[in-house]
Amino acid sequence: MYNEIIMDHFQNPRNVGESSRKDGVGQVGSPVCGDTTMIYLDIEESRIQDIKFKTLGCAAAIASSSMLTEMVKGKTLEEAKRVSTQDIVSALGGLPEAKVHCSVLAGDALKAAIEDYEKKQNKE
Amino acid sequence: MKTIYLDHSATTPALPEVVQTMIPYLREQYGNASSIYRIGRESRKSVEEARRQVANLIGAEPEEIFFTSGGTEADNMAIFGVVAACGEKGKHIITTRMEHHAILHPCEQLEKRGYDVTYLNPDPKGLLRVEDIKKAIRADTFLISIMHVNNEVGTIQPIEEIGLIAREKGIIFHTDAVQSVGKIPVDVKKLGVDLMSLSAHKIYGPKGIGALFIRRNTTIDPFIFGGGQERKRRPGTENVPGIVGFGKAAEIAQRDLPADMERITYLRDKLIDGILSSIPYTQLNGDRQKRIPNNANFSFRFVEGESLLLMLDMKNIAASSGSACTSGSTDPSHVLLAMGIPFEIAFGSLRFTLGKENTEEDIDYVLKVLPLIVERLRAMSPTTIQGQNGGDNKKEGTLCTTR
Ligand SMILES: Cc1ncc(COP(=O)(O)O)c(C=O)c1O
Ligand code: FES
Repeated sequence: MYNEIIMDHFQNPRNVGESSRKDGVGQVGSPVCGDTTMIYLDIEESRIQDIKFKTLGCAAAIASSSMLTEMVKGKTLEEAKRVSTQDIVSALGGLPEAKVHCSVLAGDALKAAIEDYEKKQNKE
Repeated sequence: MKTIYLDHSATTPALPEVVQTMIPYLREQYGNASSIYRIGRESRKSVEEARRQVANLIGAEPEEIFFTSGGTEADNMAIFGVVAACGEKGKHIITTRMEHHAILHPCEQLEKRGYDVTYLNPDPKGLLRVEDIKKAIRADTFLISIMHVNNEVGTIQPIEEIGLIAREKGIIFHTDAVQSVGKIPVDVKKLGVDLMSLSAHKIYGPKGIGALFIRRNTTIDPFIFGGGQERKRRPGTENVPGIVGFGKAAEIAQRDLPADMERITYLRDKLIDGILSSIPYTQLNGDRQKRIPNNANFSFRFVEGESLLLMLDMKNIAASSGSACTSGSTDPSHVLLAMGIPFEIAFGSLRFTLGKENTEEDIDYVLKVLPLIVERLRAMSPTTIQGQNGGDNKKEGTLCTTR
């Protein structure tokens, strides 16, 4: 059902946990299956200095979150915003049709974390 | 490393004796059971011997056993066969929301054709209330179909009591006994059923063969048409190797039942007690007493079923989550939801179903490995027991139950 890249990210997920400063935090629940992903960002001069995630979900959700954190770590927020669901799926070497929503979940959690950060910035 | 197979309700390995019995019928003994020459007649003889073996296992007469391509076909044959025979007289069917899809989907088809179907919910322990059946019966109810044992939580339904009610009201009563036969004693007379579905691959027989028990004088028509096999009720050249294998498996199931029940219950109880005492925020799904010997179904809070299964697979443990027969789907089980178990608990469910070849070492290994896997997944989960990440601490605490 899953390829080797996905199984690798599932078995050895990168960047699990919580970042130290949590400048931006996003939590999203998938309307499809009820799985939940949370992304924590540490931002330094509009750049993602650190990113961590937590997921209560299927293997594809864990692998997608793990892959996404690797893809955007060190990127500017503008660059990170441009990472699409399709980019995550491609980086994972493809997902079964029924599991595409799992990568959407990861992407949405990142967007929510960035929005959270930007909202806090605007308040200050 | 060998696989520790704990998914016997999905399927079982065919026993070596069963395979040995089948091989000649795939090779030199290939005759069509309807042919009049010797190898044909011998196939016929073996088919009839298997019919006796299957009948014996459930206390039926051999003439009441009709071979099908499996449990699914037996279920379909029961439902559509009764509808074909009494459709004019009745309009209403009673079944449950915890049935296998082989019953639920035919019933949904019938709803599209204008039949009324009442789907009863089991109680939170996975048991049907006999009262609910009584209340659901209408003047135009012509069929009741209720599984003997649920495939996910292993609960044993009050079939005998329902049988009495159905008989009193003159309603045809079908039970899907795919998960009970070979695990607990099953007797069609005692249970008072008119129709019963069986499947060989759940009792260490081959896949793709099953049977429908049809009590004599039951109003039912064929639902497929062709040659005259199975006394015209189920046409098609007999699957002789499958039937012979099924017969052998039935004979062994009957012979081994008391010993298997005792041994497997012991292992299963060790598994249940071990898991409940070593993993917090865990519950056993389904009634602890009224369940078949080999089933243990758990919900682990803050864990999702598929991740759990894959992690177990990496440790060479084969188990299942949700409904085994809809592979690839990660929907929480329709059975647990019908029992009223909240979505977030149904979500992290895991079913172990033990079998003949499991040993105490297998159970010890699971008890060693599973707590670590659950712990690892929980550490990754945003909604944790401590509720550190904005989860409502108190609410989480009270939601969780052990035992
Ligand atoms: C309760 C129940 N009914 C029917 C079936 C279907 O049987 P088969 O796989 O032989 O078609 C199964 C097994 O998947 C089952 O558990
Ligand atoms: S099944 Fe929904 S996130 Fe994977």
